[in-house]
Amino acid sequence: MKTFDYVRAASPEEAAELFAARPGARYLGGGTNLVDLMKLGVEQPDALVDVSRLPLDEVEELPDGSLRVGATVRNSDLAAHPAVRERYPVLSQALLAGASGQLRNAATTGGNLLQRTRCPYFQDISKPCNKRAPGSGCGAREGVHRDHAVLGHSPHCIATHPSDMAVALAALDARVELYGTEGARSVPVADFVRLPGEHPERDTEIAPGELVTGVLLPAAGAGLPSAYRKARDRASYAFALASVAVVLRVTDGVVDQAGIAFGALAHRPWRARRAEQALLGAAPTQAAFEHAVDLELSAAEPLRDNAYKVPLARSLAVDVLTRLARAAGA
Amino acid sequence: MSGSNDPGSTCSETTLTVNGKPHTLLVDHRRVLLDVLREDLELWGARKGCDHGQCGACTVLVDGRRVNSCLLLAVALDGSEVRTVEGLAGDGEDLHPLQQAFLDRDAFQCGYCTPGQLCSALGMLDEAAAGHPSRVTTDVPAGRPVPLDRDEIRERLSGNLCRCGAYPRIVDAVEDVIP
Repeated sequence: MKTFDYVRAASPEEAAELFAARPGARYLGGGTNLVDLMKLGVEQPDALVDVSRLPLDEVEELPDGSLRVGATVRNSDLAAHPAVRERYPVLSQALLAGASGQLRNAATTGGNLLQRTRCPYFQDISKPCNKRAPGSGCGAREGVHRDHAVLGHSPHCIATHPSDMAVALAALDARVELYGTEGARSVPVADFVRLPGEHPERDTEIAPGELVTGVLLPAAGAGLPSAYRKARDRASYAFALASVAVVLRVTDGVVDQAGIAFGALAHRPWRARRAEQALLGAAPTQAAFEHAVDLELSAAEPLRDNAYKVPLARSLAVDVLTRLARAAGA
Repeated sequence: MSGSNDPGSTCSETTLTVNGKPHTLLVDHRRVLLDVLREDLELWGARKGCDHGQCGACTVLVDGRRVNSCLLLAVALDGSEVRTVEGLAGDGEDLHPLQQAFLDRDAFQCGYCTPGQLCSALGMLDEAAAGHPSRVTTDVPAGRPVPLDRDEIRERLSGNLCRCGAYPRIVDAVEDVIP
């Protein structure tokens, strides 16, 4: 690992200034991904601006019923927060499905969103990868790609976004709050993480030097049913092969709110808007769920070795939708 | 702002309180807590297994929370309290009750993962008592302590690998010390 400068910021404003004054800087949160990538030589920052102790460690209930999660709230604390467990069970479940107890104690909300793909070609600096070294090619497309994308991939990149948390946030219509020298703004999580297109080196819509300061969850009563389900190679402590986050409300026998997002199928949490549209106003039957999910997954373009993901994702989604509808008494 | 004052600096003075004893060290920014513990402070209990946060052998308690010391830059922990396996036994104890339970239950073979298993289990017991749920927790109201059955213990310790496969006896030992 090469040497680097280190500074700790006391406020978002100071962090943005320190970053701007140091070419080649990276923000350091919990470090669970960045430090690993530095050991691998994938990241070689000239400076780290430590934002892990910024005063952004609160989960705050706003007057309109929404919930603001500070960027430095640790994944374990967010999963255990009473408001999250009661009103956004899908988020607590997604967080607890990811990583290990030790990693969740260190990983931050902001860092979780910004974590990099675990594509083995991205993590191995001796291999071609358009995300790590634009123009070098994609080793995975013809190589080992059992874990890779089936939706929204490009000739340049077939990597997936590794976060469980982000899948739940996408289904919940959460927004990412950003701060930079140009000021503050917010972006829906579902749009914040990008598709690879011709620029897989850009994971998200974040601008250079911009900082994630928090996540805003729209108001949800305790009666808004939601759930997360994840398939993986072992029962615990593994990345998803496919996962789904679902928010489903049934009123007077018809679906009147649906948020569905898939994980591990694409370069971003895949918001299933076609499926949601098909369900709105429909009776919550298994046949309706199967039809809606099939509509969404008809866009899938599996690779040589990952076609299994399509029926796997279908089973997960239909199962969660059916269980939530049953719980709602439909 | 704190850290290095001149841009381009590669080391910073860092204070860590380890097992109750304060240490002020000039730390190369690249050094992770695990390497400082083992190489500078000669505390060899925390193990370097994978060095990528995947095996849990390096688990220690920082400010009371279990973490992978191989992924934490020491400079970023300035002012923190660190507890390693060497500091688990209380005053007048030869061993912490969990260490004794590991012996009584024969909860290891080669022993390489054991310091990490011990620190992880102690951190985990506090998390459950504080009401932190796990993936397998059901029907426990938010904020209430989570009762730990074998499934809970296994899920909560999944970040600690044991290549000898001593898992069933590790669970036995942890069950012995559940309050």
